[in-house]
Amino acid sequence: MTRMKNRFLEKIIEAAIFLSGIVAVLIVVLIFIFLFKESFSFFVKENMLAVLLGRNWYPISDPPQFGFLPLMMGSLFVTMGAIVIAVPFGLAAALYISEVAPAWLKDILKTGIELLAAIPSIVLGFIGIVVLAPLIKNFFHLGSGLTALAGSIMLAFMAMPTIVSIIEDAITSVPRSYKQGALALGATHWQTIRRVIIPAAFPGIIAAVMLGIGRVIGETMAVLMITGNAAIMPTTLLQPVRTLTATIAAEMGEVIRGSSHYYSLFGIGLILFIITFVINLIADLVLHRRRING
Amino acid sequence: MTIIKVADLDFCYGKFQALIRVNLEVEANKITALIGPSGCGKSTFLRCLNRMNDLIEGTKAKGRIEIEGKNILSSKVDLVDLRKKVGMVFQRPNPFPLSIFENIAFGLRIHRLAKGVELEQIVRQSLEAVLLWDELKDKLKRSALSLTLEQQQRLCLSRLIAVKPEILLMDEPCSALDPVATLKIEELMQILKKDYTILIVTHNMQQAARVSDATGFFLLGEMVEFDRTGKIFTAPQDKRTEDYITGRYG
Repeated sequence: MTRMKNRFLEKIIEAAIFLSGIVAVLIVVLIFIFLFKESFSFFVKENMLAVLLGRNWYPISDPPQFGFLPLMMGSLFVTMGAIVIAVPFGLAAALYISEVAPAWLKDILKTGIELLAAIPSIVLGFIGIVVLAPLIKNFFHLGSGLTALAGSIMLAFMAMPTIVSIIEDAITSVPRSYKQGALALGATHWQTIRRVIIPAAFPGIIAAVMLGIGRVIGETMAVLMITGNAAIMPTTLLQPVRTLTATIAAEMGEVIRGSSHYYSLFGIGLILFIITFVINLIADLVLHRRRING
Repeated sequence: MTIIKVADLDFCYGKFQALIRVNLEVEANKITALIGPSGCGKSTFLRCLNRMNDLIEGTKAKGRIEIEGKNILSSKVDLVDLRKKVGMVFQRPNPFPLSIFENIAFGLRIHRLAKGVELEQIVRQSLEAVLLWDELKDKLKRSALSLTLEQQQRLCLSRLIAVKPEILLMDEPCSALDPVATLKIEELMQILKKDYTILIVTHNMQQAARVSDATGFFLLGEMVEFDRTGKIFTAPQDKRTEDYITGRYG
């Protein structure tokens, strides 16, 4: 009797674990289907190519124009700016933590950088408006400091924890024997880092960059607050831009349900989903290949 | 000719004294083997000679180690020069995750010894010196990690030879290799000793007997006996040496 009871319990636990495992995957699939379904008719009606390559985003004009290009360019400018800032600093920070810092400082720095990840993005947006935007305005003599550059700088802060911790991981997992071999040949510490450690950790560095991009491109609140939100084709980082995410956040509240505008926002969501999915996939592949080779 | 002269060397890891008053004179262009049970200090001793122990925190060396008359324990010693002169091969082959060519070019590049055609020539000579050139001349762009362990260990040797050292330190260079590969490395050592002074740490007494000209026996941080290899293995002076080489110890 108890044996049967145990076996029954076993089955239930198995089923519960299986369910929790499968639910995460299922939710992702459902979200994708949902976004796809909601935006499919929009892409058909408005001609997908015209949407993706359209340079004008005037969703409430008559006739409305639903060009995603300025929004995608906005996201691209802000993201690239953030990565260009965050990667050199992140690499330097990771190298310092893993190779140079004494043990006691290492722990403090690692905790500090993880704390950076805990700052709510709205707080960073707030600091961006109050502190950063005026600085940019005065420094470049602009009409307004709310530009792609402001967004890039704030997002660089947000991407840093991801980038630093993954690069630090990659550097720490470089076999010690490489380092010893280089030093035994008379290489200086810096030569060892540059010629052996960084090349050996390179896949990890690429993965860090990819995940940093993924982190930045999906960020909404801070960019909504500090990039100026003008849906124009940007040519420099000193212009206001509007990102894909900010567009959804700003317009979803006022849109008429069921209108083309409404469905276009789902279209933007779908594009974002695909971008982040591909970026994460690349990061995963790079990291995975490293594990196989290592 | 004496190339290394060690006098009253003490070495500590924190509070643990790993070497106790070691005295030793190594002759140039000879192979000197250091034998003894695990943890007896022979690897520590080897790593004193190129100051690799400096990498470990809390270590301290006292006494004198003279290489060509200069005390390398002095704080004024340039570690880059020292390690260029005193190369080291490790227990497990540790080629860099770069191409075969770049592995050998590494030392030449960091010390700015050669570039261009000259660099290629030295890479070739270095590979020839370890008898790898014929096997690998068409594969120089391949990753060094794709080689067999024996080839990797040869590559590590050739990487050292490229920067023209005078002394080669080998820390159990064959322990990751099979017997056939071991013999090949040993043959190579016989060729290399014409140009280099070799110190080899080994667990394997037969290896010490086969390859070396002089042998030192370490026990618990002390150098118990140091003499010609033939003498150590046939007529050791110390009872402890005799016990060890006849297998009565450990």
